[in-house]
Amino acid sequence: MQSQMIKSMVGPAFAAILIMCLLPVVLETYTLTLLVVYGMLGLSLGLIWGYGGILCFGQAAFFGLGAYSYAIAAINIGESTVPVFIGILVPAVVAFLLGAMMFYGRLADVYMGVITLVFTLILFRFMNSTAGPDFVIGKARLGGFNGIPGYQTLNVPGFPDEYIYGDALYYLAFSLLIVIYLLLRWFLKTSFGRTAIAIRENEERVELMGYDVRIRKTLLFSLGGGIAGLAGVLYANWAEIVTPGLFSLGQSAEIIIWCIVGGLGMLVGPIFGGMLIGLMKFLLGQQSMIDNTLILGLVLVLFVLFLPKGVVPTVSKWLPTGRTKSRKRRRKSQGRSRKSEA
Amino acid sequence: MADIILETTGLSMRFGGVTAVDNVDFQLREKELRCLIGPNGAGKSTFFKCLTGILKPSAGEVFLDDQETTGWDPHRVAGLGIGIKTQVPSVMDGLSVHENIWLSARRRSSVAEANRKTGEVIDRINLGGLAYKELGQLAHGERQRVELGIVMAGNPWLILLDEPAAGMTGEEVEHMSDIIRELNRNAAVIIVEHDMQFIRSIASKVTVFYRGAVLMEDDVSVVLSDPTVRDVYLGKKA
Ligand SMILES: Nc1ncnc2c1ncn2[C@@H]1O[C@H](COP(=O)(O)OP(=O)(O)O)[C@@H](O)[C@H]1O
Ligand SMILES: [Mg+2]
Repeated sequence: MQSQMIKSMVGPAFAAILIMCLLPVVLETYTLTLLVVYGMLGLSLGLIWGYGGILCFGQAAFFGLGAYSYAIAAINIGESTVPVFIGILVPAVVAFLLGAMMFYGRLADVYMGVITLVFTLILFRFMNSTAGPDFVIGKARLGGFNGIPGYQTLNVPGFPDEYIYGDALYYLAFSLLIVIYLLLRWFLKTSFGRTAIAIRENEERVELMGYDVRIRKTLLFSLGGGIAGLAGVLYANWAEIVTPGLFSLGQSAEIIIWCIVGGLGMLVGPIFGGMLIGLMKFLLGQQSMIDNTLILGLVLVLFVLFLPKGVVPTVSKWLPTGRTKSRKRRRKSQGRSRKSEA
Repeated sequence: MADIILETTGLSMRFGGVTAVDNVDFQLREKELRCLIGPNGAGKSTFFKCLTGILKPSAGEVFLDDQETTGWDPHRVAGLGIGIKTQVPSVMDGLSVHENIWLSARRRSSVAEANRKTGEVIDRINLGGLAYKELGQLAHGERQRVELGIVMAGNPWLILLDEPAAGMTGEEVEHMSDIIRELNRNAAVIIVEHDMQFIRSIASKVTVFYRGAVLMEDDVSVVLSDPTVRDVYLGKKA
């Protein structure tokens, strides 16, 4: 079992490394790093939404918390290693608490959406209102709408003067994305991962089998929060400034769009969606004829209408492997939009 | 009375003005096979839901294996070793037959043991050829069988089946009664069923529900020849 599992990962791992090495040929690593961050953020929502069935309107909150926690810790500590872990841990813990509240309270999906949305709004408002000198954490001033600039960026662990930036930051970010992707593939094959997928399919049945659904959803939600946090940490190192805009509702909504465009129920879908839309925004950003948000909205509408399963699941159906089989299957299982393969 | 494994005392469930379960005292012995009958709306499903924790009863107590379990969450009740088939089939349509059953088997055993048990159960419910098919693509009767398989895989000592034969063909029903009898060797079983043929075929003690309360409780032959019960089924006043 275990060796089979490892074998099945060699292919995707090599493919991912190849892509990582080839992309810099066509785009600057500076731009690519941001796309990788978006991919990771998309993955974090794709995990909890596509596998856990939890639609979170506040994934940007965990992203922002990761970025802010890193920045604040980096100002106070200096060396970047511990701040990185803080940047992952804080959003993971916050997601755990928020998740526990929602899942132990047995809130209906609609209210979960509302709560995550409101949570993001509160953080956005709060961060915007922290301009005064009273708002400090240790040596770090929160800075209100100006955000926090000037913190220690990533360094080689133990060597505060050996900065990781530019090309190196890109390769580091992409490697982390690959590692997380492979770990999640493994995770979804574990008993815990399999029950998570089952909960998405039929929560009541999983409960009647004797599994505690609440703790499982809470842990999955927390895992998603931690991954979004890591994306935030990487973002903070790329942008070298963190601002309340990270918590904006627009950002949250966009992550949902990435997942829809890329395709849910496959780990690569939301990664691809995040990177693709990120790229689109980058290219659009170089012109000023048409408004960005307008095009983004148009893309979403087109996808929902014509490619409801998203790019990756649709394209993978066209690939030669198992072509006839999957066609037949698609016809039979019309209307079901999620597949449980990674 | 050590061999009573399920007992309710004064169990009641009210929805607003409707009393769906009304002051029910119920006892079940170890490895007993019991049929629960009664017209639609008599409260049989609601009674089950109170036992399994899907609903929290308005009054009364539930005891399982000498512990009070009133108000427990379903996963805790199920975790004691209770297999439940709900009236509306509750399965995971997006997953394979194998995965559905494996997840149930895994709850109370190791991965290796769960793998073994899953194969065994799939053979027993005659779905070997469809093991890796998604459940959503199977016929209604096959899905019912999978749900029975899910129940079997959990190695329960108490099994609650809410209308397991609904929508099955005669052949399928026969196959299922065989399985139920087999399960009954190691577990107590309560079955809600309308099909008199079926009830006769598994011949056992029958409890009749009517308007939320227990109308009578006796051997199958006695109950089915009772004039009051027949009236109740024909919709006349008892
Ligand atoms: N969730 C609910 N809310 C309100 N009334 C309910 C609910 N569930 C069941 N009932 C009512 O309780 C009564 C018993 O229903 P049920 O237990 O499903 O009967 P049976 O399974 O014997 O056909 C019915 O009158 C039904 O309308
Ligand atoms: Mg019923």
